[in-house]
Amino acid sequence: MKGGGLRIYAVLYLVFLYAPIVLLPIFAFNDSTIIAFPLSGFTTKWFGELADIPALHGAVLNSLMIAITTSLLATTLGICASRASARYAFPGKKPIMGFIMLPLVLPEIIVAVALLVVLLALGLPLGAWTVILGHVLICTPFSIAILTSAFANMDRSLEEAAVDLGETPWSTFRLITLPLVMPGIISSLLISFTISLDEFIIAFFLTGTEPTLPVYLWSQLRFPQKIPAVMALGTILVALSVLLLTIAEYYRRRGVARAGGKDTGGFL
Amino acid sequence: MTRPPIIELRDVQKYYGEYHALRGITCDIRQGEFFSLLGPSGCGKTTLLRTIAGFEDVSSGTVVIDGKNMQGVPANQRPTNMVFQSYAIFPHLSVEQNVGFGLRRAGLDKGEMARRVGEALEMVGLAGYGKRAAHALSGGQRQRVALARALILKPKVLLLDEPLSALDKKLRENMQVELIKLQRQVGITFILVTHDQEEALVMSDRIAVMSEGGIAQMDDPETLYRRPNSRWVADFIGVMNFLPAKVVSEAGDTVEVEIAGLGRAELTANQAMASAGGHEVSVGLRPETLTIQFNGNQSGERIAEGVIEEVVYYGDMTYYDVRLDGAAVPVRISMRNLVGRPVLEIGTRARVAWSAGALVLFR
Repeated sequence: MKGGGLRIYAVLYLVFLYAPIVLLPIFAFNDSTIIAFPLSGFTTKWFGELADIPALHGAVLNSLMIAITTSLLATTLGICASRASARYAFPGKKPIMGFIMLPLVLPEIIVAVALLVVLLALGLPLGAWTVILGHVLICTPFSIAILTSAFANMDRSLEEAAVDLGETPWSTFRLITLPLVMPGIISSLLISFTISLDEFIIAFFLTGTEPTLPVYLWSQLRFPQKIPAVMALGTILVALSVLLLTIAEYYRRRGVARAGGKDTGGFL
Repeated sequence: MTRPPIIELRDVQKYYGEYHALRGITCDIRQGEFFSLLGPSGCGKTTLLRTIAGFEDVSSGTVVIDGKNMQGVPANQRPTNMVFQSYAIFPHLSVEQNVGFGLRRAGLDKGEMARRVGEALEMVGLAGYGKRAAHALSGGQRQRVALARALILKPKVLLLDEPLSALDKKLRENMQVELIKLQRQVGITFILVTHDQEEALVMSDRIAVMSEGGIAQMDDPETLYRRPNSRWVADFIGVMNFLPAKVVSEAGDTVEVEIAGLGRAELTANQAMASAGGHEVSVGLRPETLTIQFNGNQSGERIAEGVIEEVVYYGDMTYYDVRLDGAAVPVRISMRNLVGRPVLEIGTRARVAWSAGALVLFR
């Protein structure tokens, strides 16, 4: 078979990548507190158990609040930055964009520790808003990456045509630019939301007395009898993330098609 | 019949950093005329159009439209509308929303709005297309929508930025005729940017030929074609043969020249375009001003002889490259393929009729 070796390599690679995640739902539905084969029977009781943990509900609400705020802030910043970078040439543009995009590759632990040190040195209390701060920092580059392709794919003469027909720059942005990049904006909101919801390290360092969901999950791993419930929760999170990312990518592609451009960016 | 100017450009300069994009453009564009800015890419024609539209600021000089200085007036407050090269049809709006876009601010009621959109669509031959989605249109239809959208505001001047370059040849030729008719019908001044000299000749009342940020020549199509004022313009507009020549004598408003391959000819001053001195000159001849003689001499013309070096058959026309005796380079001659007239073969000796009145002298 042509390319047989490479094909086997690709299959192994995918198994290595996704097998651990597949284990999550398997044991979430397994009727045993011990995480081991053979499986002992099908149950949904671990999901039911999730409903009886008030601390978990607090963590979920906390996470949702942080994720929603983060996605709104990061996307707003992303709109401004990507519009500026796609439309204008200004001195220092490359270094500025470089520094904005840097958190994309910066180890999160470094961002987290650095932020913690600064916040403590300033004597500011830790809490949900410090987590939001950290998450905005790492989500904004993703937002910019998505929105830059949305803005760059838009024919510039569309905006000029609207101005030519009597609209002001602001009403042009509202009537033409926003609707055309809206799929990108939705995509950015969803991806930022997902990143913030799943993020652990920064949340772990910067959270105050109320943990986020991943931090709460981590704290529960110390108790073996709770592990199946954690698996159930993990299953829900994975399903939710995949769903959100799929919707996000759908909107991003639709946006590219609508603006009549070629698909060049994106993460999926 | 010189109409008053609608646009007055005075010494318009435009710099992009070090790059000098417009080098002192001065010209008047008259009310109701079809005016073309013609030139190769990078000559500044689009920059000039965008300067008139208000998308670019001038570095110095003035742009006056309809008697008002446009200094500091943004594009949305100028009495101009533009048809973009990409048409810039708003993809998320329907055809009628696109066409009616400029009327949003006019505060018209729904009925009046629908009536004017319908009128505009009818004018460009798209009646009944109002509900269509913009992205479902063909190239030619998009262009009509762009035209209707720009004309619905009844601008003083319509600016067209290479509007036909994206269409195929047949459609382009049809649209040229339609644009001319449309312009006569609405009576609005059209300014067309194009790199296609044939398109400019077909459509325009006057043409400004641009080169390297300046206007090389501004005239009506016929003058431009018959009396180009420089070798560069002559070469850019259509096909021009150049033959080296020497000035023999100059007296009053006549110049006598000795032309390689053609012999002596006496030219009048209006045929001698540029005036700077020097006795090494060249004369230009259009391919259709030369005729290969098939049977016998005809009166009133002069004859030169040469050998056919190349034959290019075009169906309705045949182009012959003929090297005249005593000339270093061949001249191109175009002949209609009339009934009973054979296509000559390479190597045939030919008698070429020419007349001094068709020559242009370049110094």
